[in-house]
Amino acid sequence: MAELSVLGTDEVPIHTDADVVRVRQLVRAAAVAAKLSLVDQTKIVTAASELARNTLIYGGGGQAVVETVNDGRRRGIRALFRDEGPGIADVDLALTDGYTTGGGLGLGLSGARRLCDEFELDSAVGAGTCIQVTKWTR
Amino acid sequence: MERVPILKIGRVLLVSVQIDLQDQTALALQEDLSERIVSTGARGVLIEISALEIVDSFIGRMLSTIASISRVLDAETVVVGMRPAVAITLVELGLSLGGVRTALNVEKGLEILDRDMTVEDDNVIEDEPAGSAAGSVTEARWPN
Repeated sequence: MAELSVLGTDEVPIHTDADVVRVRQLVRAAAVAAKLSLVDQTKIVTAASELARNTLIYGGGGQAVVETVNDGRRRGIRALFRDEGPGIADVDLALTDGYTTGGGLGLGLSGARRLCDEFELDSAVGAGTCIQVTKWTR
Repeated sequence: MERVPILKIGRVLLVSVQIDLQDQTALALQEDLSERIVSTGARGVLIEISALEIVDSFIGRMLSTIASISRVLDAETVVVGMRPAVAITLVELGLSLGGVRTALNVEKGLEILDRDMTVEDDNVIEDEPAGSAAGSVTEARWPN
């Protein structure tokens, strides 16, 4: 597999509702520039919105890093969401449709995974959560 | 925080969402609409979302909640103008907006609301003389 090259990086702190909107706008702009299809743009922006909200609500705030990447064959958008919150005790359970500890619909995490091509979740109780999603051009 | 304006046209409240909705703005809209339904006696709510680039689980839940609240307050809600890419994404996300009526555009949404209200008006008119003519009350009701 060819080396992954990063063509552009943006960082956004996530501490308020307005920051969640900013993350969406940033991911949208990157997805348009990377020439993702309209449906794929909408999917990655929606996934980013869910994950940014999770960072804010469950992680107590954190940071998003949005990157445009190229794996030698195609371009993609990679978004990373990091917090230093309580972490996720049971990752499998957290990824189950309808499971929530926050009074929401329980679709954010599981739905975001469905909307992206790649999904990596790294979490440790008491240390925080890091989630990375990628969407590739077709 | 920005607020979404609510316009009253006859017995319908029209909401056209033209901004990227923050969660707090969505919650405020829910409250504002509930109050306006009661204060105006509106029978229909039309929510136009063609400018929305995404509907995530939070906004999806807001639409469902508004539809439920307005039903409790005796008004029907129709969501119109959803972009095709948004619809595809919403379903893949796992949301089907059950209980929310939708139409392709404002015109069709208004037709739905008009039809509902006309049916109700007919019932009211036919129900009145039914008080003297026993037995016709049930006939005058629209079959639901």
